[in-house]
Amino acid sequence: MAALLTQNFITALLLGAVTASIPLLLAGLGEQISEKAGVLNIGIEGMMLMGAYAGFLLAYRSGSPWLGFAAGAAGGAAVAAIMALLCVFAGLNQVVIGIALTLGVQGLTALLHHVQFSQNYPRLADFGVLKLPALSAIPVLGPALFQQPLCVYLAWLAVPALGAIFRATHLGLSLQAAGDKPAALDAAGVDVVIIRGGAVLATGLMAGLGGAFMAEIGAGIFVPFMTNGNGFIGIVLAMLARGKPWRVLLGAMLFGACLSITTALQVAGIDVPTDVIQMLPFAAVLLALVIFGRQASLPAALGVHYLRGAR
Amino acid sequence: MSRIVLTAFLPFIAAIILSGLVLWLLGANPVAYYTIVVQRGLFSTGGLQASATHMAAPLLIGASLIVAFRAGIWNLGGDGQFLLAAVVVAAAAPNMAGILPRWAALSLCLALGAAVGAAWSVLPALLKAYQGVNEIITTLMMTFLGVSLANVLVKLVFADPHTTVPQTRTLPVADRLPHVFHTTISSGLLVGVITIILVQLVMARTAFGLKLRMVGASQKAALHAGLPVPRLIFSVFGLSAALAGLAGAVDILGVQGNVRADWNPAYTLTVVPLVFLARLNGFAAIPLMFLFAILSIGGESAARRLGVPNQFTLVVMATLLILLGVSETLDQRRRNGGPG
Repeated sequence: MAALLTQNFITALLLGAVTASIPLLLAGLGEQISEKAGVLNIGIEGMMLMGAYAGFLLAYRSGSPWLGFAAGAAGGAAVAAIMALLCVFAGLNQVVIGIALTLGVQGLTALLHHVQFSQNYPRLADFGVLKLPALSAIPVLGPALFQQPLCVYLAWLAVPALGAIFRATHLGLSLQAAGDKPAALDAAGVDVVIIRGGAVLATGLMAGLGGAFMAEIGAGIFVPFMTNGNGFIGIVLAMLARGKPWRVLLGAMLFGACLSITTALQVAGIDVPTDVIQMLPFAAVLLALVIFGRQASLPAALGVHYLRGAR
Repeated sequence: MSRIVLTAFLPFIAAIILSGLVLWLLGANPVAYYTIVVQRGLFSTGGLQASATHMAAPLLIGASLIVAFRAGIWNLGGDGQFLLAAVVVAAAAPNMAGILPRWAALSLCLALGAAVGAAWSVLPALLKAYQGVNEIITTLMMTFLGVSLANVLVKLVFADPHTTVPQTRTLPVADRLPHVFHTTISSGLLVGVITIILVQLVMARTAFGLKLRMVGASQKAALHAGLPVPRLIFSVFGLSAALAGLAGAVDILGVQGNVRADWNPAYTLTVVPLVFLARLNGFAAIPLMFLFAILSIGGESAARRLGVPNQFTLVVMATLLILLGVSETLDQRRRNGGPG
């Protein structure tokens, strides 16, 4: 057990946790926007996967990871646009369409990857890291938290930014109203459909970025079905966070640690079957739901299509 | 009749054409693809019998989903319930086959599969009934957990010591579910068809079914009418998951014979669109599952022959589901807006 507590082990664990947590963080924050506005976005898994595929493809073809992120965001938003069109504007069942979009993206990205790369999985060049002065010199924590690619810091910045939007802007209030009492928002002269549609698009954008991060930085490759439930974990994070972005960050770090424990244990020379390790994050989610389930609060009008004048 | 054509047939044709377009854009010949699908899945004796056998598990998954969805419970954890039941049955069946007569061993295995499936739904049921936690999330999480647990069981606990391949012991063909008459069709098909018809009758014609549908229509109204809602939610989860587990048992006892590591047919999410296409009606689901079986069996051959990944079936399913939803909504609008 002593080997578990060496400095290297803790640094490796934290480093892996950060890398694994960023996609969850972005997906969770994105889902939070949708849920606040009253849309249960089950399609987020598909949006993430599309982001991973598009992000990887453009980063690989152009050699620019930033173009990759732009493509990932666009890919996620494109899937979200279908969701917004069908569920927010046309009022189709959010769960059915969410599943359909996830299935469709899984099939489509696997097909496209096969056509372009056959059985090859080309690897992207390493993404450079940005060492924050002074902070990165802190032992143990420094190398794990403050020697990260620039986009990690940007993702962290999204947490206070979203918090400020939710708390202190008119837009934040409108989002909340769209989820809790859409009729009141409508009466106040704000278009519910526009607010909800915009929220779904924002979710797709964030989830696409999360997927792109996963492919470009987390793995460095694209593999069909690679998001493997990360989008769904994002939904759980948003549910448990009760509308607070910093709670999503906390949850993402905890689940990221669960995901990264495999590599960390290997560093420490302990061999645990990967299938057992893979169960950890999902077991953690269920445990969290058992303990905090009663407190997981969702907006009153979540999943309910808003039709003006309908009772 | 014209409504059925408009809301079910038209989306189906459109989905075939749209997904064909995807194939064409990817450089494969959609006509050749669909021709092979129909030839191999329907018009060859071996293919037809394979399709019929292949229907059993999706039929039972369909029955599982119909029970849940009609009661307003989104049990999306069928894959975990299916796979765990399959693994436990695969491990138990070869042992039982040596001791018990064939009919007793098979019946016990079917019951065992149902029990394992039901057990995997206890936690989501508890959370839904007493904590009000959204069951979509919990059942999906249980599926991810269940799939990994199934792999652990196959590789570490139930692995066949006589092979180096990580898989469970293979059930000898003589001990599997018998064939129907003189065909190669497994009698699992009969289990599937009878079960989905029973489910349809129970949901549509019995007081118990009515109670479940009331819970589905409005939990508040059901509570107000004095129904024991938490207990009914438990029954729905238990029944639905038991049917998914039964599907796993039937697939092992009738088709697979063993479970290889990392095997996961992931039926549930693809069967969801089909039961919606059937409007949650058990009778209507039967021909659709047959169609699905043809598409899977024929699609496998077509994909191999044309060098297209098997995942193309997913694209067809997704397109079908979306178009179906659109046509359903348009249909409802027309009825609400139009005369009468």
